Order: sequence, then structure tokens, then C-alpha cells
Amino acid sequence: MAHLHPALLALEDGTCWPGFGFGAIGTSSGEIVFNTSLTGYQEILTDPSYHGQIITMTMPHIGNYGTTPEDDESDRVWAAGFVVRSLSPVVSNWRARQSLPDYLAERGVVGITDVNTRALVRHIRTHGAMRAVLSSKITDGDKLVALARAARDMNGLDLAQEVSCAEPYTWTEGFDWWRPDGAGGQGSGGAVERRYRVVAFDFGIKRNILRLLAVRGCEVRVVPATTSASEVLALDPDGIFLSNGPGDPAAVTYAIAAVRELLGQKPLFGICLGHQILGLALGAETYKLKFGHRGGNQPVQVAESGAVQISSHNHGFAVNAATLPEGVVNSHINLNDNCCEGLDAPAYRAFSVQYHPESSPGPHDSDALFDKFIAMMQ
Amino acid sequence: MGKRTDIKTILIIGSGPIVIGQACEFDYSGVQACKVLRREGYRVVLVNSNPATIMTDPEVADATYVEPLTAVILDKILTIEKPDAVLPTVGGQTGLNLAVELAESGILAKHGVELIGADLRAIRLAEDRSRFKQAMIKAGVPVPVSHFVYSLEEAWQAVEEIGYPTLVRASFTMGGAGGGVAQGPDDFAEVVAHGLRQSPVGEILIERSLMGWKEYELEVMRDKADNFVVVCSIENVDPMGVHTGDSITVAPAQTLTDREYQHLRDLAKKVMQAVGVETGGSNVQFAVNPATGEVIVIEMNPRVSRSSALASKATGFPIAKIAALLAVGYTLDEIPNDITRVTPASFEPSIDYCVVKIPRWNFEKFPGVDPTLGPQMKSVGEVMAIGRTFPEALNKAIRGLDIGAPGFSRLLGARREVTEAVLHRPTAQRLFKIASSLNEGASADDIITTTAFDPWFISQLQEILWMEEEIMRLGDWETGRLALGAGQSLSLSVSQSHAADLLRRAKRMGFSDAVIGAAMGMGETAVRQLRKSLGITPVYYRVDTCAAEFEAHTPYLYSTYESHCEANPSDRKKVMILGGGPNRIGQGIEFDYCCVQACWALRELGYETIMVNCNPETVSTDYDTADRLYFEPLTLEDVLNIVDLEQPDGVIVQFGGQTPINLTAGLAAAGVPIWGTSPDSIDLAEDRGRFGDLLQTLGIDHPAWGVAYSAAEALDVVARIGYPVLVRPSFVLGGRAMAIAYDDESLLRFLGEAAQVSPGNPVLIDQFIEDAFEVDVDAVGDGEQVVIAGVMQHIEEAGVHSGDSACVLPPYKISAYHLSIIEDYSEKLGRALGVRGLMNVQFAIKDEVVYVIEVNPRASRTVPFVSKATGVQVAKLAAKVQAGCTLAELGFTHTPAVNGFFVKEAVLPFDKLPGADMRLSPEMRSTGEVMGHAARFGHAFAKAQLAAKTELPTSGTVLLTVNDFDKSAAMKLGRDLARMGFKLVATQGTAVFLQKGGVAVTAVGKALEPGPTTVDLIRDGEIQLIINTPLGQQARADQAAMYAAAVRHNVPLITTLSAAQAAVNGIRALREQELAVKSLQVHYGG
Repeated sequence: MAHLHPALLALEDGTCWPGFGFGAIGTSSGEIVFNTSLTGYQEILTDPSYHGQIITMTMPHIGNYGTTPEDDESDRVWAAGFVVRSLSPVVSNWRARQSLPDYLAERGVVGITDVNTRALVRHIRTHGAMRAVLSSKITDGDKLVALARAARDMNGLDLAQEVSCAEPYTWTEGFDWWRPDGAGGQGSGGAVERRYRVVAFDFGIKRNILRLLAVRGCEVRVVPATTSASEVLALDPDGIFLSNGPGDPAAVTYAIAAVRELLGQKPLFGICLGHQILGLALGAETYKLKFGHRGGNQPVQVAESGAVQISSHNHGFAVNAATLPEGVVNSHINLNDNCCEGLDAPAYRAFSVQYHPESSPGPHDSDALFDKFIAMMQ
Repeated sequence: MGKRTDIKTILIIGSGPIVIGQACEFDYSGVQACKVLRREGYRVVLVNSNPATIMTDPEVADATYVEPLTAVILDKILTIEKPDAVLPTVGGQTGLNLAVELAESGILAKHGVELIGADLRAIRLAEDRSRFKQAMIKAGVPVPVSHFVYSLEEAWQAVEEIGYPTLVRASFTMGGAGGGVAQGPDDFAEVVAHGLRQSPVGEILIERSLMGWKEYELEVMRDKADNFVVVCSIENVDPMGVHTGDSITVAPAQTLTDREYQHLRDLAKKVMQAVGVETGGSNVQFAVNPATGEVIVIEMNPRVSRSSALASKATGFPIAKIAALLAVGYTLDEIPNDITRVTPASFEPSIDYCVVKIPRWNFEKFPGVDPTLGPQMKSVGEVMAIGRTFPEALNKAIRGLDIGAPGFSRLLGARREVTEAVLHRPTAQRLFKIASSLNEGASADDIITTTAFDPWFISQLQEILWMEEEIMRLGDWETGRLALGAGQSLSLSVSQSHAADLLRRAKRMGFSDAVIGAAMGMGETAVRQLRKSLGITPVYYRVDTCAAEFEAHTPYLYSTYESHCEANPSDRKKVMILGGGPNRIGQGIEFDYCCVQACWALRELGYETIMVNCNPETVSTDYDTADRLYFEPLTLEDVLNIVDLEQPDGVIVQFGGQTPINLTAGLAAAGVPIWGTSPDSIDLAEDRGRFGDLLQTLGIDHPAWGVAYSAAEALDVVARIGYPVLVRPSFVLGGRAMAIAYDDESLLRFLGEAAQVSPGNPVLIDQFIEDAFEVDVDAVGDGEQVVIAGVMQHIEEAGVHSGDSACVLPPYKISAYHLSIIEDYSEKLGRALGVRGLMNVQFAIKDEVVYVIEVNPRASRTVPFVSKATGVQVAKLAAKVQAGCTLAELGFTHTPAVNGFFVKEAVLPFDKLPGADMRLSPEMRSTGEVMGHAARFGHAFAKAQLAAKTELPTSGTVLLTVNDFDKSAAMKLGRDLARMGFKLVATQGTAVFLQKGGVAVTAVGKALEPGPTTVDLIRDGEIQLIINTPLGQQARADQAAMYAAAVRHNVPLITTLSAAQAAVNGIRALREQELAVKSLQVHYGG
């Protein structure tokens, strides 16, 4: 990797992880986390839920298949930095339009390769997620550690506002031009009858959520995170969607308040941060996990049926199932650590999941949750 | 939901002998199934004809039948054992096919036995290509355009729509047997005809060729609650067109986007649902068009497979074990993950390393066989390696192959077979040819165009070679300085630190010390010293199923050049066992059996056991076998690295075959404590000069011999001892390049071959004792006492490699006088060599003289067979002796008595390798073995033949055609067969001779002669047994044609007179009394 320049990742606990820089040249800080997905780095990078986080991929070879615009989950890269073991020197995939380093450079994101990612992951697993600084400009470890310690802490931080749209917009596009199983297919967004009006709170919404709603006949009005309950109701929705997003759910007080007001008025479906916000609105509590769940291989059991879905996860916080009020069911359980992965409040026609049924990346095992939401609006 | 309580006894069907396409992986899967089902409280009955397996160790199942895998035999076993269920999914295609036969013939229903793991409907749907295709189309799963045909005429019609190149697949065959690619109308008819013949139902599939598409496999599991997981994705480096068993493969898939990968996953789920596999593991294969992303499902196997064994080893997720639990009713979420302990099996492993598998071929043993790789699998084994990156794993895999290739390097260009290879043809050499082509300046694009390898793989290969160039550019100056500064690594100069950095990066890419040394102009040992002084040593990471998300409790380890070692060695007393590496002819499952037994024995003695091996198929590389598993190549460098870390009390080299034996000297020189027979004794037995002197001293007869380093020396030796002579290279196994020379011309040809096989080592020339009986002895010594475990008499006469000869225990035709000499010689040799552990001695008896042919102070291929015959776990005793126990302490002081007769028969791969010379020779070519046992020799022999799929007929017509030397013996054979009511047919010479003796016989033309010939009769089903004894160096064309016809039409073929006599014996026994079955446990119990 002689053609690359040295770079350094420093954690607030004083450990330094050398490698070589790629993508943008610069310095950025964030919370260091790891993701165990074997595929889907581009979708991960553009998932707004990663805002403020430096992502370590456990899959050693990254960049092999390059990047392609259709795989973006939002209009920018939200990750604060990208840590990999072995960046591919070439791009090999018929869909690829740009190499990963060029893609990151164009978007001002710092990457580091040749890092001992396994040791780093074990470090995070043992010591928990923490603040970190990644730099391909400064290679003085002490300086970077000091910067890491000065970086902002995720706890108590409302990041949803930082990633949410500024203005409402309408989404009707189904699947884009390439989806291999042909479900939806080209132009399907237009072909489906728009039977439901859904208002989606944008706490950092992923495009595949919007696509999965659109192919099911929803016209989705995406509104900023700070939209009030009355503004939402004024749109006369058939259902309300609470999106995924970054940060500490407890800090998104305005949305919790809005959702509390909306409870029972319209069918409600939440994902990820949306799930946590629903939980908080129902009166439950949330807490921060030691190092979170991030990957595409997590077993989630549906409490009702006992079925196990392999699911895509990205969360550092969770709803404390013990604090769920009466009438609210802990509907999905992570079999790895028994963490609450979903809740169902039938009295309010509201339900949510902590994980990502929209996948992208990840398995498609949980698509049916979108059908459930549609059924509630019928 | 939990397990089923309505079933108590489960029958598990094994996969039979090792053949191309079915190897140790089914011992691994069967052992896992047996172990876990017994642990769950079920009574397990096992049937497998292969005595070399661990699964047939009587400790593994409650009742163990080493019996032929046929419906008739299974019927008898079901009658005795009355199982409630049969698990057919862990015994490969053989187990599955047999289960289908049992179900369809009503035998299962008769005994009230159900199939678990996969029901008949699902099996038939998956296995019957036309039904599979229909079901897939219905489920919306894309399958290739194809047509089933049952005749050549239909095939011509079908190909009009499909076009060329056309792929032909034969239904109900394994390892792709009967498959082929027709490039155009010229070869179409031939490929079609071959496929129709190979398919037991005369059905072939003609389909669109997907040549050059990328090939992927998903290893998946599904439970009765419809929970579905993908255990592992595997990407083939070789694109479509090469059987996946012959492809270099990588896990996980490297060149798919998430959309593409999830699409494959969705399709795999649909396939499982459509086929109806509800309780087990399967493998789904895909082709992906690299230009458009179009995906086509190629096939699925509703059972555990070679790929699932690979996936299990690659991820730490034990597919066969979980499949067995699903079969008895558990769901995935009810089964814990052994490795993390805290998480369930209902998840998809994530891996943070790269796994590479490379097949191992043995084409050198089969001159005349087309070495082009295609839809019919031809490899005999495989090696797997784990590294953090593809280059690292690939380099480790290459050196793990044990073919003298130190890594992906410019050095490969010097190999003759690489020079001769071409890039556009897939062969065993293609990967190496890429190295030499890139090194010679070919562009990556050229290579991608020619090979259709994915550009990503080529770029990774290119990076390896660039690194090698960079090391070479260091030059002598820096290297010298670096070497000088080695002791003072803290004060390295700039150039020194550059060199150290380079060295570190090269090791990180998996470079061996040998390749680095060659690039730097240093020896391998010097590189080792240098890098150790610079602190460049490997760490060991754990295979944990979860990419470090959870703590791993199982020490299943691989090396890598990073930091933060996870090995965490213990301070217990410990012993390291070196495995055998990839299966190859001559070194296969028998040695894995010994290694596993050794593990178990040493654990019984309280040792921590450490296994080192790189063969993903085996039981030894199950993380459940040894206390600690290092999945590493068996090279001196890699083994020494582990020794440095673990500091074992002893290292055992004598169980893994020749591979670890070849490491002995290097290990000893490095001060590693070698347990068992001393390295000096090993050398004494291997070094012909020293060994000859020893025999002389002991007064033991042996064939005259000589050692030659040149052709002139060889001719001198022959002048002294006379023809015929046996010529062989030293330090090899399996009779590699061993041959009998009758004259100068053949001698000189064989010398050339021997020199290539074992370069730098002398060629051994022995007087060949014609028409001798051969006898094998396996014995255990403790340094003081030597006890014979078993004496085996070969059925075939001298000149046929012991591995290819049938043998019988106890000997049935040897006098007590000769036996006493054999015992005496064995004891003398064992004591003289100070054997601690196993020893194998080969004898030849002729004209009242007993000759010692050779002594191997290590485990032999026959150890598992002897163990099964005697009920004494010989390898365990040997392991305990090596740990310091005496035979007296172990209570093993006399040769065990054997009840009845045990016959071992070799299984040869000629059906998979058309074009091979089918005559038996001193070069071993069998891939596996079967065993038959019975109270009478004839029955035991007949059983062994039945198990080897050469069922002896009890009536019908026998074709006799023997050489002139054998004619008088053939007279008796003919007479005996005629008396039993057989019709006899013979070629002209044999017929005339028999008629003179008054034996009724019909004459028939030789193949290629005008008029009705042997081949016509065979084709028409007129012949039930062929006895042919060839003569001379080359098989004649007519013989080759007859042999090919015999293989094609599954007519038993016997090529030696002694085997023919045994067969007559067997036929007589079969006519008098039908075969009976008995479990080993009952047999030993009395």
C-alpha cells in the first residue's frame, strides 16, 4: 500500500490504530462502532442512522464491487469515517460506477485501510462504543487522542434534527431500475395505485423504507423531525410512519411529544429510532447498549409465532422491555441478548421494530411488517 | 417444540468407500450426527461399508454395521435393529440414493421406518432434474433452458433450440459423472451417449451452457418452523464450466453487492420451500452473468455435502450436527451455538477473514486421462486455508497442498507442468499458470479475458506478485545489512526498517519464508531467524462464527500476521498431533482415522490435545475432536510457529501419513520433541542403504536391491540383480511412479518419471519377486516389546500395490511356518528400529522364502481395517505408547484372535477418469476401500466385492481371457465355474486351451475384431463377470476397449488370477448360503 499515505485512528481511551488513508484527506471525529455485514458497505455509509459514527467493517475486503448511485440510502454519506482491513485496489461489478475511494473523496469522507479491524472490534466489544478521531492529516497519536476526548458525546444528543429533511417532500418511487428479482421492476412506482396517504417523520429515513411503502400503494409525505402532531393530522394521513435515525432517542423530546399526541388517532409504524420514540411516547424507557447491534445476521424472534427472522440491525440504544406499560407487548426479541426488538400497542394501533425490515443492506425476511402496516390502514 | 420422543432408534446410512466426489466429509458429517443424536438419548444404528472411517469405530454408534450399502443388506439390518427412523442426509449421494431405493421398494414401509431429515418427495424433487426444473419454474426461480432426453434422437432435436456449447448432465449420478460439454455437432453425439450410459435411469439433461458465468453456492438450513438461515456463501474463482468440486473457491462471496447477494438468498429460500426441505441443510448453486447480473439456479442438494463440510469449517457452524438435530424435531432457535455459548444457531455466521479452498488432483497417476477440468469432478481431495485476506489464505492453501509449491509466486513458472499448461484450458495448473503469465508480463486484462476469472481475483493475485518483486528489488545490500542488524532491531537504519516493514507486509499477505527467501537470496531458515529477530511472528485468531461480536469459547485457530493473539495457550501437559493434509491417493481417510484415535487416546491420558491439519473434509478438523484445533498448512514453517507458541510436551508425526513424516527431520533439527519412534529410526527405515545393512545384520531375507542416482548407476544395479525390477523414488507414498521394469527401455523411462517425482532423491531399484504372495503386518511397539496387531494376506499377487490389492485378515493361505517367520521378523525389526508406536511391515513369500519388502515406522493405511477386524483400537494403543505407557500396562501383549474373516477391497476411480489404464500395478490408484466380514472367507470376499460395487454373480456367463502363463490355472477356474452352472465365453486362445481340457466354452472375438466381440456381449448384458489377466507393459487397445465397456456397463472385472480364485470361492459360498449381517458390537461380544 505504498501508494497510500499513513492515517491514524485514535480512541478516547488512548489506543491508536494505524493504517493508510483513502477517500478524503482530513480529520473527523465520531463514535467508533462496528458492523458485521458481509455486503452493503455503500448502503451502510449512506444510512443516516450512522450520522456521527465512525464505522468499522468486520468484513476484511471492502470496495471490491465499487459504488453505484442506486445503492445510496440517502443523498449523502452520513458516516463520520470508514475503517477497513483491506481496501480493494480495483472495482469489479457490472453495476459499479465509481470506486469506493473516489466516492468517499468526492463526499469528503475519510477512510482508513490496513487496520487490524478484528483487534479493534474486540476492543470495542470489551470497552464499549466510544469517541474516536480518524485522520489522514494528523498522525500524532497524542494529539488525536486529545481530539477524541474533546469530541461530542452521543449520550443525550439529538442528532435526528441534523439529518432530517428541511422541507417536507412526497415520495412515490418504487424500486429503481435494477432489482434482480423483478419485484416492482422498472417504473413500478408509477404503476401502483396510490391508495394510502402516509406521513413519515424523517429522523433520518432510508430510501428503501420509502420504496417498500411506495410499492405497496402508499403516497408518502416525508416531513421534518420537528413536525407537530397537528401539522401531521392536518395532512389527513391514513397512517403515520416513524423513521429510523441516529442519536439518543430520549433527546428527541419534541417528536416523543408529537407521537404521544398522535397515539390512537392513526395507525402508527416505527422503525429503529422511530421504535424508540414510540416506546418513549408510550411511557417506556430507553438505554444505551454497550456496543450496539450492527450487522445483517441478527436473529429476531417474533414473540407471537416463535418464528425467527434474520435481520439487519443498526442500533446503539434500545427500549427497556421491563418498562413497557400494560397493554404494550414486547413483540420481537433478539435471541443473542434478549434485547427488545419490537413492540406492539394494539390499543393504539401502533407497532414498531428496533431493527431494519427494509434491509438494504441485509436479509429480506421481515418485509411482511410493511404489509401489516398496510393492513392496519385498510 | 423440542425433540421428538416418538422415535427411539435411528439408522444412519454412511457414504461407503471414498470415491471421487465423496470423501471424508461424510465421515465428518456422519460422526457429528451419531454423536449428537446419542447425546440426545437416541439409540443410533450405523451402516457403512468403509472400515477406514471414524464413524465405524464401535465407540461412535450403538450398533455398527460394516456391511455393503445395498437394499438387500439394509433390509436385513432393519429386521435385526428395528429402528424407528432413517437419517439419509449425512451419507452423501450414496446414502440418499439408498434411502430412496429403500422407500420406493417398500422396504421402509415393511419395517415401519420413516425417513427423517428429508422426505421422499423432497429428495425426488431435488434429485430428479425434470421435476426440479418444473418446481422451480412454478416457484418463480430461474433455471437454465434445458431439455430432458432419453435418446440420441431426442438430443439432436433438443440441441436445435438450445444451441452450442451445450452442457450434458446425467441424472442420478454423483460428482458430475456422465456430464460433459459439447462444443459443436462433432462431439455432441459422443457426449450424449456417455451421459445416457452413466445415468442409472438413462436420462440426461441438455442445457444452455453458462460457461464463463460466475458461480456461487449458498449453504442453507431450514427447520420445520420455516426458519431459514444461510450459513455461508461460497464464490468459485473458476467460473462456470468447472465442477464446483474441482474449482478453487472462496468464502464469503467477494464480488457481489448486497442487492445481488440478498437476491441469491431470497432465491435459495424459495428453492428450499419449493423442494420442501423442512428439517436440514442443503446447498444451492447459482450462476451469475458477470455482464448483466442475471441469475440462474443450477441445482440444489437436499443433504449435507462436500460444500457444507467446507462451510462448517469455514464458519465454525457445524451444519451436519445441526441438521441431525433439526431432523429429530428441534428448531434452529432451540439449538445453542457451541462457539459463543450465549447465542442460538438461528443466525447467519459473519466472518472477518477469508477462506480459500483448492482441490488436490492426482492426474500424474493416470496417464491417458484428459486433465481438462469440466462438469465431471476429478479431484481426490482438497485443502482449505484461513487468512485475514484472500492473498494470505491463498498462499497458505497453496503450501498446504503439499505439492512442493511454496506459494503464489514467480517460482511456479519453473515447474514443468506449469510451463506446459495453457491459460485457456481449465486444468489443475491454471492458477499457477496465471502466476507465470503475469510474471512474464501478461496484462491482467488478457488473463481476465482468457480465464473469465473475476477481475477482483486477478488484481489480488497481481498484488501478491508485485510484493514479491518489491522484495526482490531490495537487493543484496539491504538484505545483508538487515541480516547484520537482526540482533539490534531497535536501531535499524532507514533501509533496514524499510526492509523490515516489507517483510512484515509480505508475511501479512501470506508469503512463506521459502518464497521470501528465494526473493532475497536467503535460505528459508535464515528468513525465519531474521523475522523472529525482528519480532515478525504470527498471531492466532479464533474462528468464532460472529466476526468477534461475541466471545469465542472454542479454540479453533488460524494464523495471521497481525497483533493481539487470541490463542491463549494453556499450561497443561499437552501433545500436538500432525494431520495428513489434503486427501490424495495413498494418503487419505485412514490417516485421519489414526489422528482422531490418537486424540481420543491422549485425552484419556489427561493430555491437552492439539490438532494441526488443513483438510476441511475430515473429522480431525472438527473443532470438537481435539482440545485445540489449528487449521494450518502442514509445512515446517507453519508447524514450528505453532510449536513456538504452544510449547507442547510432544509432537506426534506417525499418524498423518507421509506428510508429517517428511517434516520429522526439520522438526527434530529445530529441537522439537518428537514422540514415538525416533527420527533416526524413521530415517533408518526410509534410507535404503541403512535399511539394507540392518536386514543383513538381522539375517532377514530381502529382495536384492540397489540405489541409483543416475541412469548409468541404475543399469549397473540391474546388471547385478537382473530383471524384472521394481523401480521407485524414495520418500513418497502410495507407490507414486513405482513400476516394474522388464528391460532397459522401460527401466530408463521409469527412472525419468521417478526423478521428477522426488527430485534430488535417489531412485530405489529392487529385485521384483514374481508370483509371490504378499503379506502386510501392522504392529505396535513400546521400545521394548513388539506386538503384532494383525497379519493380512493380499489377494492379488506381488506387483499390485498393497493399497490396490484386496486383503484378508486372518491370512487364509499361509502356513503356520511362514507365519512364525513373519512374526519373528516383525519383532526383530520393531526392536531393532526401537519402534514406539505403529509399524507396518510388508513381506513377500515365494518358494518357501519370506522376504521383507519394506518397513514403515508409522501408521499404515490398514490400521483402521485391522482395528475393525480385531476390535482392538490399535491407533489408540500406539498413541498411549508414545505418551510413555508400556504395552504390558495397556494389556496388549498378544496378537488378538480374529473371529471369522475380514476382507478389505480397494475401490478404483476408473469410472470418473475415462482413459486410465485399468490394469492394477505397483502405482497405487485406488481412492478408497470397503470391508466385508463373515464366518467364511468366501462370504467375506463376496461381501467386500458387493460393497465395492462389483457384485459377484451366482449364475450367468463368465468371460475368460487370460495370458498364456495363466492358462493352466484358468483351466481350474473354468472347470469350477462350469460345475456351478456358469456358461463360459472366452477369447480364441483361452477358449482353445479350455476346450482341450474338456471345459465347455464358446469362443468370441476380441474387441475391435470383426464379428461379435467381447465388447458386444458386455454391451448386450450377456456377461456377468469378466476374468482377464493382461500381460506386458501396455494395455492393448482391445483390452482397453473391453475394460471401458465393463466400467460403462458395471460388469465386475477381475484382472488377476488370485483374485479370480477368490471370486470363485466367493461365488461358491454365495450359492450355498445367502449373506448374513452382524454388527461389530455383536461380533466382538461373541
